Amino acid sequence: MIANTKRIRETAKRLLREDIVDAVLGFKQGTVPMICQPVLVTRPEDVDVLYWDSFCGVNLANYLSKRKDRIAVVAKGCDARNIVVHTLENQIKRDQIFIMGVPCKGMVDPRKVRLALKEREPLEVTEDGDKIVVMGEGFETSLSKADLLQDNCAICIHRNPVIYDELMGEPVPEQEGIDRYADERKLEAMSADERSRHFQDLVATCIRCYACRDACPLCYCPTCFVDESRPQWLGKSIDPTDTLTFHLLRAFHCAGRCTDCGACERACPMDIKVRQFTKKLEKDVLELYDYEAGMTEETRPPLDVYQPDDPGDFIE
Amino acid sequence: MDNPYLPYPVRIEEITIETEDRNIKSFRVVFLNPEDEERFSYRPGQFAELSVAGTGECPIGIASSPTESGHLLFTVNKAGLVTSQLHNMQEGDVMGVRGPLGNYYPLDEMEGKNVVLIGGGFAFTTLRSTLVYMLAPENRDRFEEISVVYGARDEGMLLYKSELGAWLLRSDIQLHITVDCSDDPFCQYHIGFVPGITEQKITSAENSVAIICGPPIMIKFTQPVLEKVGFLPEDIIMSLENRMKCGIGMCGRCNVGADYVCKDGPILTLAKLNTLPKEY
Amino acid sequence: MKLLKISKKDFSDVLNRLKDSYRLYGPVRKGNIVDFAPIEDVSDIDLSFQNSRLSPKSLFLPQSERMFEYGLDPAGDEAHILKEASKDYSPKAVIGIRPCDAKALELVDANFDTPEFRDPWWVKARETTTLVGLGCTSPCSTCFCTTVGGGPFDDAGLDVLLTEINDAFLARVLTEKGEKLIKAANTFEPAEEELVQKATAIEQEAAGKIVSKVDTSRLAEIDTLALHGADFWEDVQFACINCGICTYLCPTCWCFDIQDETHGRVGCRMRNWDSCMFPLFTLHASGHNPRGQKIQRVRQRFMHKLKYYVDTYKMGVACVGCGRCVQHCPVNIDIRQVCRLMNEYEGKVPKVS
Repeated sequence: MIANTKRIRETAKRLLREDIVDAVLGFKQGTVPMICQPVLVTRPEDVDVLYWDSFCGVNLANYLSKRKDRIAVVAKGCDARNIVVHTLENQIKRDQIFIMGVPCKGMVDPRKVRLALKEREPLEVTEDGDKIVVMGEGFETSLSKADLLQDNCAICIHRNPVIYDELMGEPVPEQEGIDRYADERKLEAMSADERSRHFQDLVATCIRCYACRDACPLCYCPTCFVDESRPQWLGKSIDPTDTLTFHLLRAFHCAGRCTDCGACERACPMDIKVRQFTKKLEKDVLELYDYEAGMTEETRPPLDVYQPDDPGDFIE
Repeated sequence: MDNPYLPYPVRIEEITIETEDRNIKSFRVVFLNPEDEERFSYRPGQFAELSVAGTGECPIGIASSPTESGHLLFTVNKAGLVTSQLHNMQEGDVMGVRGPLGNYYPLDEMEGKNVVLIGGGFAFTTLRSTLVYMLAPENRDRFEEISVVYGARDEGMLLYKSELGAWLLRSDIQLHITVDCSDDPFCQYHIGFVPGITEQKITSAENSVAIICGPPIMIKFTQPVLEKVGFLPEDIIMSLENRMKCGIGMCGRCNVGADYVCKDGPILTLAKLNTLPKEY
Repeated sequence: MKLLKISKKDFSDVLNRLKDSYRLYGPVRKGNIVDFAPIEDVSDIDLSFQNSRLSPKSLFLPQSERMFEYGLDPAGDEAHILKEASKDYSPKAVIGIRPCDAKALELVDANFDTPEFRDPWWVKARETTTLVGLGCTSPCSTCFCTTVGGGPFDDAGLDVLLTEINDAFLARVLTEKGEKLIKAANTFEPAEEELVQKATAIEQEAAGKIVSKVDTSRLAEIDTLALHGADFWEDVQFACINCGICTYLCPTCWCFDIQDETHGRVGCRMRNWDSCMFPLFTLHASGHNPRGQKIQRVRQRFMHKLKYYVDTYKMGVACVGCGRCVQHCPVNIDIRQVCRLMNEYEGKVPKVS
């Protein structure tokens, strides 16, 4: 982590000094434990604000859409794939961006840390190799990072950025023998009614703050369908049907584009496992089109192109 | 406790298509319960929330004058959800009116002064209210000279045409109507934009107050014209618009700085506006 | 003010008795989240929480609330005429509300209960609800109530304040509504001096635990336009994703939307929470948007809480220091930092263009 931070600062300074980019998009340390804040650095003398640890879960591709300047961006494996989606969808030009790829061993889920601490409040959280060291009032404890990973990180098989301009650390070994779709198989085994009930229950506490949408780099529509008033696709109250419709449509809109960065789930203030929607569609796209989003700059997402040999047997 | 969100039921008595493009209609409405009319006691410059059950509400300036009893008049440009639905309604239909809302033109303070009304496009509505009020026999003597500059894109876009004709014949107001352009070689109006006509016709700020109501671009270019003649920011009065829902200063969206357009406005002097962020 | 005590083992009985005369609401744990909910079984009440995830404002301003009902069938009686939706305003008691959240209700009263207009639903809900507060013996590190006019045992807005002392509660009965509730509970005994002293010690200790502080002393004197034009907003807003978390979790955010919903030939007018973070909040029908940019929306939220409210009501800032937005902002926008930037701002009023 310290090594990554050092490398990020050095690279940022060089890129700004040599006028290779106008700005560097990275993270700075947060004001509370277990969160880092996206920051834009434009002057070489300010690079020391940049920081990297296992709480940089925000996907910085979210800040790239429609930017006009030359910009360097710190990107984990999932973020880099998301940037590829952005370039494919003409949200930003590849030659505008300098990807500072960070090989990633997974981001830590602050909720899991809190759960492990029971009711004790973490006041300072640091990292020591594979350990997360937590200090609070009258206690200090060391937890295994592997047990605290965000759900998406625990099953990630693309930890190293597939596309980058420079790496901010040595590549990390990819996880092997991962069962990525255990949850989705459970969903598929359910009857339609059970599945409907499952999803209704899943979003029962949703407060429609749209943080999942707003944290998602793929949600860059100038006007989201939930905000359309003529016609109004969706009611504004917390009617369960409207709420579920929002989540389902958002997920469908991300099908074949989602890189499972987990930003949506991380942002949710009500701890809703919103990845269950997107993950199922990721699995479908993989099975139907043999496609994983953002792995190459050569192929467009399968749902925005037509091929004569597209599978059609799922349409009845 | 009175419920400030509950509209008074009204019936649409008459619908007038005001403009050639049919995009602006005037709705004359009467209260279903006569006692509601008494409760709805208003002054020129105020607005109301027009309520269409099943669609929603929209804030519209009151175009009728308190001196015209028995009905209310609203002139509505078709723009959003509710105004579009209003345009689909028929004479005899029932809808709701909630208000009166907001503050009003300081007509009492303008007594004994020359009054200049400057309006553009479909924003002439509350100026109509003001003009009708001031021209009422019981009020006309309270004001000195009344000058009006009113402009629209073309002749077909002028509101209240029959009334304009009658006002043009009166000697106790100076009415200057202008259109941006005209194909008619016999066009009876001035041709040109409101700021230019204002510059020609309003040549003194002596003992005068100006009310401006119109699109932002008109206001932007008319304001310096008035200031040049000597109008102080305190004597230039404007009517603001912002998206609104509650109309009573509670729902939080129409604020400009700490002021709510719906409750502390919509009528503000330029002097006051100069102290507020430009969030309108 | 009466000082009474109740032992914890009798507390369930008290609650059960209260259920006869009040609809009870209290903190209930679901998964890892504690939120205020109607209480069927008093054993569901969990008083061990630090802060509920959502503030209890929804008990007074529900996220979605029916305002009016109407029929649209032209053949029907009184078609298109709105009628007030019927609601239950029988007495309600909220058990375990935190002092900061109760103070927040008082701050929001200033918006909904004014000399010109009274919001009937807010006012009725407030009038019919008795608030039994639970002081905070172990506040969070993100709590900063003591520097925004409150404290972990502040009694503002409360009818009864409970202080937890080992196996008992000391109850301060603060209002007539509180008296009535205590009478209905019928188990409280006078508190002995020793218990009161213990409580005072606990309360002082708790206040000392609040280390997070803000300074709001200059906010009122700084010019609105100067603050509005300050250069720091650019940095403050950068990370913001314009979601509604801060506004929806905030106990003092009251903004709402009004929407008509219809089903067949009947419908209702609803009000729903809304957020100044959303572009739609201020969008004109013409397409013009006075706060169309993110920086304008972020600035609006902080200016409203820390400047406009201060100037309008002279009741301090519209923030009670509960720390929810600090804890749950997905990009760590921290109101304490923004407050510092605003309070320390020395810039001049920009020239009127």
